[in-house]
Amino acid sequence: MTVIPSKAPESPRRKLDQRRSTPLTIVMLAVLAYFLLPLFWLAIASTKNTGDLFSTFGLWFSDAPQLLTNVKDTFARDDGVFARWLLNTAIYAGVSALGAAMLAAAAGYGFAKFRFRGSGAWFNLVLGAIMVPTTALAIPTYLLFAKVGLVNTPWAVILPSLISPFGLYLMRIYAQDAVDDSLIEAARLDGAGELRIFTTIALRLLAPGLVTVVLFTLVATWNNYFLPLIMLNDPNLYPVTVGLSSWAAQALNGGAGANSDMLGLVMTGSLLSILPLIVAFLMLQRYWQSGLAAGGVKQ
Amino acid sequence: MTATTAMQAPLGDAESVRQRKRGTRRISPGPMFVAPFLVLFLLLFLAPLGYAAYISLFQQRLIGGTTFVGLDNYLTAVKDPLVIHGVLRVARFFVIQVPIMLLLSLLFALALDSGLLRFAKFVRLGIFVPYAVPSVVASLMWGYLYGPDYGPFAQLARGLDLPTPPFLSEGWMLGSLANIVSWEFVGYNMILLFAALRAIPHDLYEAAAVDGAGAWRIAWSIKIPTLRPALMLTLVFSVIGSFQLFNEPQLLNRIAPNVIDSAYTPNYYAYTLAFTGQQVNYAAAVSFLLGLVIVIVSYAVLLTANRRSAL
Repeated sequence: MTVIPSKAPESPRRKLDQRRSTPLTIVMLAVLAYFLLPLFWLAIASTKNTGDLFSTFGLWFSDAPQLLTNVKDTFARDDGVFARWLLNTAIYAGVSALGAAMLAAAAGYGFAKFRFRGSGAWFNLVLGAIMVPTTALAIPTYLLFAKVGLVNTPWAVILPSLISPFGLYLMRIYAQDAVDDSLIEAARLDGAGELRIFTTIALRLLAPGLVTVVLFTLVATWNNYFLPLIMLNDPNLYPVTVGLSSWAAQALNGGAGANSDMLGLVMTGSLLSILPLIVAFLMLQRYWQSGLAAGGVKQ
Repeated sequence: MTATTAMQAPLGDAESVRQRKRGTRRISPGPMFVAPFLVLFLLLFLAPLGYAAYISLFQQRLIGGTTFVGLDNYLTAVKDPLVIHGVLRVARFFVIQVPIMLLLSLLFALALDSGLLRFAKFVRLGIFVPYAVPSVVASLMWGYLYGPDYGPFAQLARGLDLPTPPFLSEGWMLGSLANIVSWEFVGYNMILLFAALRAIPHDLYEAAAVDGAGAWRIAWSIKIPTLRPALMLTLVFSVIGSFQLFNEPQLLNRIAPNVIDSAYTPNYYAYTLAFTGQQVNYAAAVSFLLGLVIVIVSYAVLLTANRRSAL
């Protein structure tokens, strides 16, 4: 971590402690508090019933915390549609992320390690596509999908998410360094086919970059709202983002009566929907941080 | 596994063999690897773009059905006050929000990299966590936090006998949206920059320190110049993100319908046109125009940044 000058007379440990700055630490902890505040609030809100959401102070528990009741109600609402939404999200995000990462890895490897006619032009074309806004693309994609009957199917959400120009860019840069040319050559001399070299040797070396692309596509698809919003109109196909948004709309429109407990469910549902990704990021941090480093340094 | 032993094998002139082979290989496997990506890219990226360009040249009329109208939709769009206001609004959003967000990301990354911080790892991950929160959830949360009746800020203000901050009012709305977007992405940009900082060889700092450079001087003269590619990357992503703003205003529209209308941002307007107004052709033209604006702004930003650094 920190660089310790070798000629330092003190023990390394003491030197390290001396370098720490308390004012800077306090400032950064305040910054951290800002970033965690909404999540803290959400966690608190998930323990309240709708009445307490309005009547008690937002940043502390009410007298009767009821997280488990809220979780149970969230999953029971509308014949358990919330579990369905979570499952849909996991499927859409999982398939998209794995597919996008594999496509990007193969293409990145192809662009990095082989020269063929038009390779430069193709790569630049894809690179230029990073700048095309995906949401500006979403409406024409919807219109095309409507023509071929793909609208209101899971494919409408998965297919557009399979193409990640940034993922390709990252994988190309990563493959350039991570896969040694002499290694490929040695495998060739041993008589291995190109596909075999890719699947048995290159993919393994590309793993950190691959995890990075998987995670970031996973987040992009998990968090995607615009695309499923326009593509799907069957609530059973909704991912959790569109589902929660539809509940939030009901909570606001309904007022009293049947929807009066809706707000609490939106809060609990929100909390439940963000936990898996946060856990995934924390557990896989070693991989995505090294993968990102490769993408951020080069141009 | 076997790979590691092979890597260490001295290969001598394998490099030159490879170079020779590359020129004369009969069937290059390169296309085989890139084909799946490129085929889907053509179908799912270029085809919709082409289709949008195509249908944007038509108009649906009550009499005569769909007719070719050339660039009429574009001429209407560039004069449409809703388009103009939307574009100006996201441009203003970009000019205010992006510099603040990137400056904060840069400062946090430098603070984390300085080695002066206690609990550095905890702070780093904590600031990054909002990136894993869907913008839908972020907007819902902040929407409630902003609430004038039950939001904790309003509750605190009432408790202290202060006026409640009007987060959702006309004048504050763009700032409130900027706050949500910054909350979501400061950590992401910080991590990108931090990753780039970690890749700088540390002996560079030692050499500079020997020459008498302080921490600020090292940050300014070594770290920030090295971060240029990473900064460019975050900047381009931010252009794209700001100009296609949709999720946050669409969700806040419900709690502040009088401030955010359905043409608040160009993307929101295109969505409304296509799905509420059934004006598909015009929506395609607006989408296409927005894409064009984004590409132009991205290139302009890149060019300016490159020119400035060359001076």
